[in-house]
Amino acid sequence: MAKGWKKLMKSQLVIPLFALCLVIVFNLIRDLSFFTITVTINNLGNTVLKGNIISILNGASAVAILAIGMTLVTSATGGQDISVGATAAIAGSVFVSVLRANEITMLTIFTAFLASCLVAILCGIFNGTLVAVFKIQPMIATLILFSAGRSIAYWINGGATPTVSSPLLDSIGGFIPGIPIPTPIIIMVAFLVLISLVLRFTNLGLYTQVVGINERPAHLNGINAAWIKLLSFMVLGVCVAIAGCITVARIGLINHETILLDVEMDVILAVAIGGTALSGGKFSLFGSVIGAYIIQALTVTLYAMKVPSSAVKAYKALVIIAIVVVSSPVVQKYTTNLRNKLFKKREEISDSPVEAS
Amino acid sequence: MKNDRSSLIETPGKKLKEPISNTNLLLTITICTFFAMYLLAILIWGGGFKNPQQFLDLFNNNAFLLVLACGLNIVMITGGIDISGGGITALVTMTCVVYLSDRGGTVLGSLFLALGIGIAFGLVHGILIAYLEIQPFIVTLAGMFFAKGMVTIVSIAPRTADHQAFLALKQLRVTIPGIGYYGKTGNFIPAQIEPGAIVAIVIVIAVAVMMRWTRFGRNLYAIGGNKDSALMLGINVKRTKFYSYLLAGLLSGVAGYVYLLHTGAGDAANATGAEMQAIASNIIGGTLLTGGVGNVVGTLFGMLSLKTITNIVIASGLSKPYWQSITTGLMLCFFILLQSVILALREKDGFKLRLPEWLGLKGKNKKDSD
Repeated sequence: MAKGWKKLMKSQLVIPLFALCLVIVFNLIRDLSFFTITVTINNLGNTVLKGNIISILNGASAVAILAIGMTLVTSATGGQDISVGATAAIAGSVFVSVLRANEITMLTIFTAFLASCLVAILCGIFNGTLVAVFKIQPMIATLILFSAGRSIAYWINGGATPTVSSPLLDSIGGFIPGIPIPTPIIIMVAFLVLISLVLRFTNLGLYTQVVGINERPAHLNGINAAWIKLLSFMVLGVCVAIAGCITVARIGLINHETILLDVEMDVILAVAIGGTALSGGKFSLFGSVIGAYIIQALTVTLYAMKVPSSAVKAYKALVIIAIVVVSSPVVQKYTTNLRNKLFKKREEISDSPVEAS
Repeated sequence: MKNDRSSLIETPGKKLKEPISNTNLLLTITICTFFAMYLLAILIWGGGFKNPQQFLDLFNNNAFLLVLACGLNIVMITGGIDISGGGITALVTMTCVVYLSDRGGTVLGSLFLALGIGIAFGLVHGILIAYLEIQPFIVTLAGMFFAKGMVTIVSIAPRTADHQAFLALKQLRVTIPGIGYYGKTGNFIPAQIEPGAIVAIVIVIAVAVMMRWTRFGRNLYAIGGNKDSALMLGINVKRTKFYSYLLAGLLSGVAGYVYLLHTGAGDAANATGAEMQAIASNIIGGTLLTGGVGNVVGTLFGMLSLKTITNIVIASGLSKPYWQSITTGLMLCFFILLQSVILALREKDGFKLRLPEWLGLKGKNKKDSD
């Protein structure tokens, strides 16, 4: 039991989990009814779950999906892709323009998704080539699409904000009839499981971390570092397409200026809170997803406290600073030293043989 | 290696020529590109580009961006990043306008307020990044969030300054004798420059002098080049980093005041995306995000190139708004690729693997492992 506890304390997940607990406990003290979930019937006649928890899980799904891809990119390249919002605008525009050209059926939605996926992966390959082949810092390389991406989306849309509406799209962005859980949550969980299984049963996860920790030994061991980096950007492309399509399906229109605006900042934050070092190396997918939920929970809490939406950022910044200060290596070392001083050395002695074995 | 040595021995009479450094090479390319671009614009589109006022307007309209980019340059040379500049600029404009209009403040007081806000942000960033070793991207991202949120807490509605003394300062123009253009009626209109632009140019010169000739400036390059070697040379890495963020914060405050002098309005949407434009200016100017390479003069020309290309796009009749950002993106792409290729060619004999093997450069890469 003690060993398991110690293992948990050392894992990357301890800080994000602690932060999430803190937000939850804060809400419990503030207002007990914050977590009540009610079953209601929405205007389409479906029985659905409603409540703050559902809206947190639902609202964070786009950020969480993007955070999964961003974690891989961060781990492999030691940098971040700041063009995800702009690329999502492009992918969403392609999705909408394909849907508007055809009658909306299950098949056309699937085709439109594949088309937007293809475009997003191409954007990923563009970024990935700059990073992997030309050895450009990821943030700089993605700055190109960051500044041009929304304009390309404008060009695809012809300057308008086209709308699409169909019961099928509502079931993707909202609820599938008969299932009370919002579909984005289901998509997010399915995607997380899929990526985790891929990383679990292939060497991809290991290779990504090796490339991120030190590229040269990875190369000497026969890992094609450039390919791994490119692949991580392509996976992020898929994530961007999914997030873009979900958002379009949810609001029923594409506005290239505002769709997923500033989402890259939230995503990078989610990755950082989740315990993945932004300089690359070891990563934790679940941490990043929890990070995304922390950010959304914080936002919903602040809204519930009647904080105006434009001022939410300031409070968010304070919480972020608190989290990163607590998880910074200097502060952790200091607290560890303090703990060792306060408690007897006996604990350390009894622990050392365990460490050695 | 052999060739280098023999060429050095061959010319004993002449002064040994040092190979040009990466910083100077990238700087030369940027300056040459800017002048080539501007000359081409004058030859093809003529008109507005011949007008000296339009050239000076590049400074007048973008003085705040230049100041921001200078602060960012200092941080980028140490290998860090500061993306809070745009947010701090917006916060400074709003706070100063509210202070001047509602609290009956003085112009000097508002200036100190602007500098104070900048220093406060720089102080917190510096402590968190240098002494607590938190990633600069996250800290300054939080700084940006905080600044942007604070703007709306100070005042949600956009405000315009109506303070008399401040408006007088805002209207102030410096006329440059001898340079000007002829208006439609044939009268001579002398070219004007705003005080904000002069402040920006003075800051560029000051930062350039500091980086080139002071111990602090050289220390910044040393830290950016290699932190561990810098530490072994006896440089106080943490304190130098702290000062670099403090300076960047201070310059963000100055940038906010310069912005206010130009527009005279406080708005939460002020300077949106300015941090990314400042980063782009630095990249075009040859500053590498990895640190240790860069020059603030390059940043100046990077900013000018970035804005000249926008003018060219407008002059060439591509009036759709998306062309400006697409050309900006293309230009960034061009410079980034150019720098990457040039640095790769220069370091061909180094140990770094610049290109993967499937590009057919196996023979060259094999040298590395020898």
